[in-house]
This record gives sequence, C-alpha cells and structure tokens, in this order.
Amino acid sequence: MSYLVWLVPIGLLMGATALFIFLWSLRQGQYEDLDGAAARILLDEEDRPMAERRKSPSPLSAAQDQYR
Amino acid sequence: MAGCCTPGTDTSIGAQNVAWPIDEEIRVASRAVSEALMQTDISVPAAHCAACIKAIEKALVTLPGVETARLNLTTRRVSVLWRKESPVPPFFKALSKAGYEATLYSEEPDQGDPEFTRLLRATAVAGFAAMNIMLLSVSVWSGADAGTRHAFHLISALLAFPAVAYSGRIFFASAWAALKARTTNMDVPISVGILLTLGLSLYDTLAQEPHAYFDAVTSLTFFLLIGRTLDHMMRRRARVAVMGLARLMPRGAVTVSADGTRDYNDVRLIEAGQMLLVSPGERIPLDGTVMQGSGEIDAQLVTGEAQPVPVEAGSKVSAGMLNLTGALTIRVEKKAEDSFLSQMIRMMEAAEAGRSRYRRIADRAASLYSPVIHTLALAAFTGWMVMTGDWHRALTVAVSVLIITCPCALGLAVPMVQVMAARRLFEQGIALKDGSALERLVQVGAAVFDKTGTLTLGRLRVTDTTVAQSDLEAAAALASRSRHPAASAVAALNPAAAEHPVEHLAEHPGLGIEGYIDGAFYRLGRPSWAQEGRTTESAQTISVLSRDGAPVGAFAFTDTLRAEAKSTVRALQERGIAVEIISGDTEEAVAAVARELGVNTYRAAMLPADKVARLAKLRGEGMKVLMVGDGLNDAPALAAADVSMAPGSAVEVGRNAADLVFFNGKLDSVPAALSIARRAARLVRQNLALAVIYNILVLPLALAGYVTPLVAAIAMSLSSILVVANALRLQGGEKPSVVEARIRKPMKATA
Repeated sequence: MSYLVWLVPIGLLMGATALFIFLWSLRQGQYEDLDGAAARILLDEEDRPMAERRKSPSPLSAAQDQYR
Repeated sequence: MAGCCTPGTDTSIGAQNVAWPIDEEIRVASRAVSEALMQTDISVPAAHCAACIKAIEKALVTLPGVETARLNLTTRRVSVLWRKESPVPPFFKALSKAGYEATLYSEEPDQGDPEFTRLLRATAVAGFAAMNIMLLSVSVWSGADAGTRHAFHLISALLAFPAVAYSGRIFFASAWAALKARTTNMDVPISVGILLTLGLSLYDTLAQEPHAYFDAVTSLTFFLLIGRTLDHMMRRRARVAVMGLARLMPRGAVTVSADGTRDYNDVRLIEAGQMLLVSPGERIPLDGTVMQGSGEIDAQLVTGEAQPVPVEAGSKVSAGMLNLTGALTIRVEKKAEDSFLSQMIRMMEAAEAGRSRYRRIADRAASLYSPVIHTLALAAFTGWMVMTGDWHRALTVAVSVLIITCPCALGLAVPMVQVMAARRLFEQGIALKDGSALERLVQVGAAVFDKTGTLTLGRLRVTDTTVAQSDLEAAAALASRSRHPAASAVAALNPAAAEHPVEHLAEHPGLGIEGYIDGAFYRLGRPSWAQEGRTTESAQTISVLSRDGAPVGAFAFTDTLRAEAKSTVRALQERGIAVEIISGDTEEAVAAVARELGVNTYRAAMLPADKVARLAKLRGEGMKVLMVGDGLNDAPALAAADVSMAPGSAVEVGRNAADLVFFNGKLDSVPAALSIARRAARLVRQNLALAVIYNILVLPLALAGYVTPLVAAIAMSLSSILVVANALRLQGGEKPSVVEARIRKPMKATA
C-alpha cells in the first residue's frame, strides 16, 4: 500500500507532463506539416520556422515576430 | 497588344498548362503580414518529396523581392513572404522553370481556427484523464482490496471532475443551447449521461460501493471528442466567396474632367456620365461605353469567352473586364452599386442564402437516436424502480443504459469515413472543402459543365495554317514578342524562333504585330490590317501573316479541349448522369465542343443569371445538380448547385464557391471524386449499421442490469474500434471499377 503513495503521483505526473508537452507542441504549430517534417530531415540546410527564416536579419524582424 | 513590360510578364511562352495569374490577381490574393511584407500562398500539387521542398523553396527564395519561402508538404502549399514595395515576383514562372505547375491559393487565410484548437485541447485533456483513470480502474477490476479500491476511486474522482468540467463544456454548451430553444440534439443525452454518471459515481465512491464509472465517463468524453474534432475538420468554415469577389473590384479609378484634369477617385463616388481613363493591364472599374481609344479586352472573367474582344469607340464594357492593350477612355453608364460585379455579388449572396440547407446523414441519425435513448433510459429507471423499489439500483441501470448506448460509434461513424475520403481525394489532387459534399455528390443526377476553362483549357491553339514552312519561323519570331493569346499559340508552333532577331518591332493594339525579319517586312494579325485593307474578312478566329503587304497565309485558332474531357463526359454518362454544357461563349463555339464531346444538351450565350436559372430549373425537376465551372460568370451557379467543383486554375471566387477543387488540372477528377464519394457512402452506411447492431446487442444487457464498468469499457472500445477500422478500409487498394479502367485507357493513349 505504501508504495502506491509514490507510484500513483509519479504516474499522474508523467501523464500530466505528456499532456503539457502535447499542448505546447500544438501551440508551436508542430503538427502543421507532418509529411514535411519527415522529408526535411533529408535536407542539409538548417531548418527554421517560417517566422525565423530570413535571408538576413533586418529591422523587419520585429514586425515579423507578431506574425507568429 | 501589351507593349508594357511589367517584370514577370515578359514574353516567355512555356509549355504551361494553364494561364498564370496576372500580377494584380496575385496582389489581391496576398495578405500583408507586416508593414513591409506580403504573404502569398501558392498551391503546388506535384510536391511530394524532400528534393521537391528544396527545389521549390530555392526557386522562390532566389527571386528578387522574396524574403523567404516555406513549403508545407502536407497541404502541398508554399507560403512566400515578399516585400510589398517591390513588383510582384514572377512566382509562377520560377516554379514552372523548376518543373512545378502551380496555382494561386487564396482560401480564407490560415489564421488558425479557434474552435478547432479548443476541440483539440479538450480532446487532449479528456484523453489524459481517461488513460490515467483507466490505468487505476484496471487494478480495481483485477481485484484490489477495499482500501486500495476506495483510494483509487477517490483519485479517479479528483481527475475526472476537472477533466469533464473542462472537456465536457463543448457538449454542455450545445445541449443547453438546444434546451433553451426547446429542441433536443445529440448533446442532450450525452450531457445528461455524463452528468448523471459523474454524480452517481461520486455518491458510490463516498459510500464506498464497489463500482464507480469514472473511467467510462472520461473515455466516453474522449471518444466523443475525437469524433467531434474529426467532424469539425470536415465542416466548411464560413463561406467567403463573396468577399473574394468584392476584392476583385478596383477600389478607385482615374477620372478625367471636362477640362482634362485627372483625378484618382473612389469608385463608389463616381457618378454615371463621368469619364474614366483605364490603362492597359488594369481592370475596368465600372460598366460603361468606350469613348476614345481602341484595343482588346479580356472578358473571360465576365463572359467566359476565351478570345480577347476588340473594343473601339462605342463598345460597351463591364466592370471586371481586363484592358489588355491600349489606353481607353470610358464614359461611366452605371454607378458602382449597379455595376456587373456588384450584381454578381448580390447574385452570389442570394444563391448562398437560398441554397437549401442540406441535412447531413449524421445529424439525421442523431435526431432519430436521442429521443429513443431518453425514452429507454427513463423506462429502465421506472421499470427497476417499480420492480425493486431500490432507487440506487434503478438509477445505476438507467445510467448504464445511457453510457452504453452513448453514440461513440455513431459519432465516429461518419466523420472518420469523411476524413479518410478527404485524404484519398487529396492524394489525387482534389481538395474537399466540406465533408457533406461527399454525401451530396452521391445523389447527383445531372452534371452541368462550363465550357471555357473547364472543358477547355481557355488557351488558344492553332488548328490550321496555310503558312508555308519557310514563313512559319518569321511568324513565330514575331509572335513570340507578344503576349496576345493568339500570338502565343503561333509562337508555340516554333519555340526556337524566339531567338530570331526582329527589327523595327511594333505592336498595334487590336490589330497585330509587325517588324522586319531578314530584310522583309512582316505583319501578323487581323486579316484586314495585315493585308492593308485588301480584304474585308474580319473573322476573329483567323490571323493572317503578310510579307511586304502580300498575304502569305493564315492561322486558324480554337480553344484547346482538356485531354480528359471526352472520357470524363463518357464516364459520367455511363453512370447515368445527364451531362450538359452551359457557356457564355457563342453558339458556334459551344456547339463545336458539345459535338466533339458527344453532349446533346448545351446552351450558349448564357449570362450568369441564366446559368443560375437553368440550375434552378433542373433542381425543380427533382434532380440533384453538380456544377463544374471556373469563371467569375460561373460563381453564382457554383454557389447555387447542390454540389460544385472547380479546377485549381479557376478564378478565386470560383474556387471559393466550389465544394471541391481539383488542383491536378485533370477533368477526370470529376468521376474520380464521384467514385470515392460512392465508396465513402457505402462505408458510412455500413458504419451506421454497425453502430445500430452494437446497440441492439448491448441494450438488453444494460436493461437487465448486467453492465458493470468493465463491460461498459470493453463494449464501448470495441464498437469504436470496429467503426474506425471499417473506415480505414477506404485507404486500402480498390479494384478499379469498369468506368475507371475506361478512363485510364484513353489517357495512356494520349500520353
């Protein structure tokens, strides 16, 4: 019985962590292009989300941030 | 012809399948993401691998003015950010060079869908609670002692209450709204079931009874939310077709007053009788009469006519037509609110409002279902109450009836199939915008096609020429310098001639193009002009080439039929669907196409209102009508039809008004979509039957009071799995039907 006092909270914590990670990744837009994510790993260039992808850093990036 | 040289519209004549959108259209379809940047979404249906990502993004990013580009391989769309102040980068040319056919994507922008996110969050929370509680319940079922069981029930209650309070809101809100309106919907038995079960389980937990239904109530919420989320994915968001149309209207126009001063005015303030100046490349803002200038206008958007129409002083023009060549001075005949485009907007609104609201299969099933369940649960309660007099026992039975009949399988039955069907369609290059379109597609009895741009490519092709081979190169060399559709067709005869030097090149709006090639003076264009008035022939479908004033031959043009037009029409006719052509084009042109395709019923010179009226008549005869069209003139008809399809090359308004859009550019998408819709309909029927059989089997158990939480969990999961597995069969390979085999054959022959 006493081990349950530890195991049950640990189990719930793990579940809650998974839930949190799912909600976080959902908000990050990580499910928007599942096929693309699978293919992009084959590309050499480093990949960034649309908002961070710039040819060069420019004063526009501040305006860009509000886009995402 | 266009002497203007806006970047990106230079004289390249590739083997493009469809006309690229003009710069103005691209600008209209783009949206500003910041003060300096515009975002344009382009659909690239052929993208499918990592190499495609690289090629497409590279082709776009290297264009001047483009800030960044990112391809979404799932939606096969590339989003391009480009600087607003720069001219529109030649996206489509670059993509075509990279080997990808592309079309402008201008649906409602992906601003995110708050309702969808809400559903997804609710589903995640319910899933978390359901899984954890199920874990605890398994230990209870496998025989935990009373103390542990009680502790586990308490933990379950602690998890279940907040989870149901959060995730269940979706059902409670909808049920409450229904009750307030004194009606009932599927959410009413669901909400009652959830709340009763929760209450009873809490009582049982506190009373230290052996059974609590926390696992059932949370997994029920979880399953139902999955169904609800899928269903939401398949429902079309609010239509924005009319908005797209409004955006096509030029906002302002240059007015010329009597003393010659020019002013830029808001179109809404321009009165009838005022003079407007319309430069080449601009859309005509208001209906009017040409007073000065001559040239050609592209009326395809308005009338559906593929060939440019020559205009001169006295010609009537409508708002929305594109001025191709030569500056025109126009006297305004109608105010903005009476213009052709405004009338179209009103017609679309009327069509969308009048489109009889289709009741989806799932809704019809639910409306039959919920009264039956309510009555049964109530009967179970009273029955047990009368027999045993034990209210707790009676309530437990009633609750178990509600739980076990709760329409998990029913909620998944339809959306699951529709999601699979949408996926199948998408793989074939067809975008499905509303799941119920599949249901409507199955019932179609008549298919009405537009001609220009739908059955044909809307692109001219030389059908016959009397020009000798020796002069052909000169003709192609001249033609390659012009953007005129007829010139493009001539230039396509000998693409290499574009390199041939032409001296003293001049293009005359509405007449033709001239220049010296190897010392000889050539003219290509209208017969009367090319031969310097030595002929009276003025057929627009003919261009004449002359050398030093003497005619050396003529070109005849026709619109190109889509390769699969014939097989598509035949496939539909074999399915017993009446095929009809309605077009805004001339009788002669429509008759020729109808004859070639073997279509007996056709109507020519149809105005947009006539098309809607024709559809209304067909529907009045009790037929469900499928409309396939692409032009602005088809948009009201697309909105008015029972179900509609548009090619990806259609104008934005047409794509928005259609239920299905085929981006692959193949007309045989129509029978392909039909066969997928039929298979989906069959699976939906099977799924509904499975759900009903399941209920008939388990209901006696529940009524007899044999349903423990364990039995409920097993029965509920089993039925849901069965329904989902059945829906997944749509993904599997199918035996090609006779009709499809016939479609494929002629395609191979031409390929």
